[in-house]
Amino acid sequence: MSEKQYNFDEKFIFSPAARKRLAVVGIIGIIITIIGVILIMNSESGHETSEQALRSTNADTSALLASSDPGTFAAGMSEEPIEGESHGSPTWLKRLYVSLWQNNIFFTGLAVIGVFFVAVQYAAQAGWSAGFKRVPEAMGYWLPVAGIIAVGLFFIAGKDIFHWTHTDLYVIGGPNFDPVINAKKGFFFWPADEHPGFPVFWFARMIIFFSVWYWFFIQIRKWSLREDVEGGSKPYFKMRSLSAIFLVVFAVTSSIAAWDWVMSIDTHWFSTMFGWYVFSSWWVAGLALITLIVVILKDEGLLSVVNANHLHDLGKFVFGFSIFWMYIWFSQYLLIYFANIPEESIYFIERISTHYKPVFYLNLILNFVFPFLLFMTRESKRHRIFLKIVAIIVLVGHWFDFYLMITPGTMQYDGGFGFIEIGVTMIFIAMFFYVVLTNLAKVPLIAKNHPLLEESLHHEI
Amino acid sequence: MEIDKYYTVGIYDDDEVVLEAVKKLRAEGVKIFEVYSPFAVHGLDHALGYKRTRLPISAFLFGMTGTILALTMMFYMMGVDWPMNIGGKNFVALPPFIPVTFEMTILLSAFGMVGTFMVVADLKPFKKPRLFDPRCTHDKHVVAIDLAVNKLSKEEINKLFDETGASEIHDKNF
Repeated sequence: MSEKQYNFDEKFIFSPAARKRLAVVGIIGIIITIIGVILIMNSESGHETSEQALRSTNADTSALLASSDPGTFAAGMSEEPIEGESHGSPTWLKRLYVSLWQNNIFFTGLAVIGVFFVAVQYAAQAGWSAGFKRVPEAMGYWLPVAGIIAVGLFFIAGKDIFHWTHTDLYVIGGPNFDPVINAKKGFFFWPADEHPGFPVFWFARMIIFFSVWYWFFIQIRKWSLREDVEGGSKPYFKMRSLSAIFLVVFAVTSSIAAWDWVMSIDTHWFSTMFGWYVFSSWWVAGLALITLIVVILKDEGLLSVVNANHLHDLGKFVFGFSIFWMYIWFSQYLLIYFANIPEESIYFIERISTHYKPVFYLNLILNFVFPFLLFMTRESKRHRIFLKIVAIIVLVGHWFDFYLMITPGTMQYDGGFGFIEIGVTMIFIAMFFYVVLTNLAKVPLIAKNHPLLEESLHHEI
Repeated sequence: MEIDKYYTVGIYDDDEVVLEAVKKLRAEGVKIFEVYSPFAVHGLDHALGYKRTRLPISAFLFGMTGTILALTMMFYMMGVDWPMNIGGKNFVALPPFIPVTFEMTILLSAFGMVGTFMVVADLKPFKKPRLFDPRCTHDKHVVAIDLAVNKLSKEEINKLFDETGASEIHDKNF
C-alpha cells in the first residue's frame, strides 16, 4: 500500500559457486550410476537361478498376468508374463535406458510446462504473474536438449524401451506374431504399412512436437525480450495471439505425445484418460518447480516484486492441481476397476500385485495426501519454507508417477529403485538446472515493460 | 416501529479519500459500524481492522459431516440393509463409494457455508434491509457509525467526517 521501491533492473547471477554445486551433483550422479551398474552386473552372474526363484515366488501373479494378456494368449507365446520380451540388452543396460527415458519424459514435461504457463497467463491476460514470468520462460530452454536426448535415446534404446519396435511382431504366421499390436501398426509405421521397419509416423510426430513447441517458445521469448527494449503494447498483443495458438496446439500435441512416449510402452493397453493424466502430472510438477525456483530466488534476496500474495497464488495452483491430478487418476482407476476388462485391468495388476506396490501407494501419498493436508490452510501457502517443502514433495512424487508409468511396462520383474535411478536423476537435475539457470541469468529478472507489471505490484488477495 | 438505533452517516465521493478517512477515524478511537462501497476498495478491510473470516472452519466441519454421512449411508445400504451385486464387486467396496462421498462432501460444505454466512450476516428472509444510503450501490462510499457504542458525541464524529473530506453528513435512525 505504501510506495515501495522496487529494483526493476535486478539480475540473477549464476555464481561460480552455484555452478560448482551443480557440477558436484552431476558428478556424484555419474558415480552413483556407475556403482549401480557395477552392482547389477555382478549380481547378474548366477542371475538365471535367482530370477527363476523370483519368478516362482510371483507365480500367482505371473499366471494371472499371462492369462489376462490377450496378445500372448492369441499368439500362444511362452510364459513371458507381460507384453515385453527378453531382449539382447542385459538388465543393467536396459535399466539404465529406461531410467534415462523416464527422466527425459519428466524433464521434457517441466520444460514445456514453462512455455505452457506463460501461454496460459497471456491468453488469460493475467497480471499477477508478470513479476516472475522470466522463471517459466527460462525453463523452456531445456526443450531442444530434451528433444536431442529423446531422438538419441530412441535410436540407441528404442528396442529396449518400446516393445512395438520389434518387427517380428508383425509377421503374420510368425512365431512372435501379435494380432493386437499388428492392428495398431499404422499408428507407428504409417505409411510403411506392409513391411514395418522404421516407425516413420511415430518418429515424425516426435520431431514435429519438439520443433513446434520449441518454435512457439522462441517466438514468445523473442517478443518478450523485444518488449524490454521497445516497450509499448505491440509485443504484448503479439505474445497473446501466439499464446492462444500455442494452447490449442499443445492441447492436441501433449495428448498424442503422452500416447507415443508413455502409453505405447504398454502396447496392448490403452486408456482414454491417458493424455490428460500425463498432462496433469506434468502441469502440477511444472507449477511446483516454478514455485520452488521463485521461492529460492526470494531467499537469495531477488524478485522484490513478488510478495506473499503472489506466493499464495502459486501455492493455490499447486494445491488445486494436486487435487486435479488425483481426480484424473481416480477417473482412470475407477472405470478400469469397474469394467474389469482383462486387457485394461492388467495395467493396475502389474502395479499393485507386484513389487511395485509400495511405489503405487507412495505415489498417491506424495502427490495427493501431502499437498492436500499441508496446503489446506491459508498461512501455509504464504510462507516460503512450507512452499519449498511441498514443492519438493510434489516434484519427487511426480517423478515417481512417471517411474510408475514407464518402469513396470519395460522392466517387469527386473525393475527396481536403486543407485541407477537415483544417479541418472541427479545427472538430469544438474543438466536441467544448468541450462535453466544459465538462461535465467542472461536477461534482467523482471520484465520492466510488461504492461501488467503495475497490476502485479498491487496484487492482493 | 420504534427507533432504537441511532447512526451518523458520512458520505464520501472517492475511494482513496474514504480509505484515509477510515484510518483517521479509527486512529481517533471511533468505532465504525460498516463501510458500504460500490466496488471493492483495496486495503479497506485491513484499514477497518477486520479479523479473517472463520468461514473456512465451518466449511471444513460441514464437509466432514458430508463425508461421514455419505460413507455411513452407503455402508449401511450396501453392507447391511440391502446388499446388491453390482458388476461382481464386493458389497462394501471403497472405490465406487468415492464419487458419492465426494459429491456429498461438496454439497454439504457449500450449503453449510451459505447457511452459516446468512446466519452470521443476519440475512434472513423478509428482513427489512437497513439501507443507509441507496447511492452506495452507485457512486458513493458510505461510512456508518453506531452512536450507541461510541464514546465520542455525534458532533465530534461529524466534525471528524468534515475534516476527512466527507461530501455529506446525515443522521440515520432505524
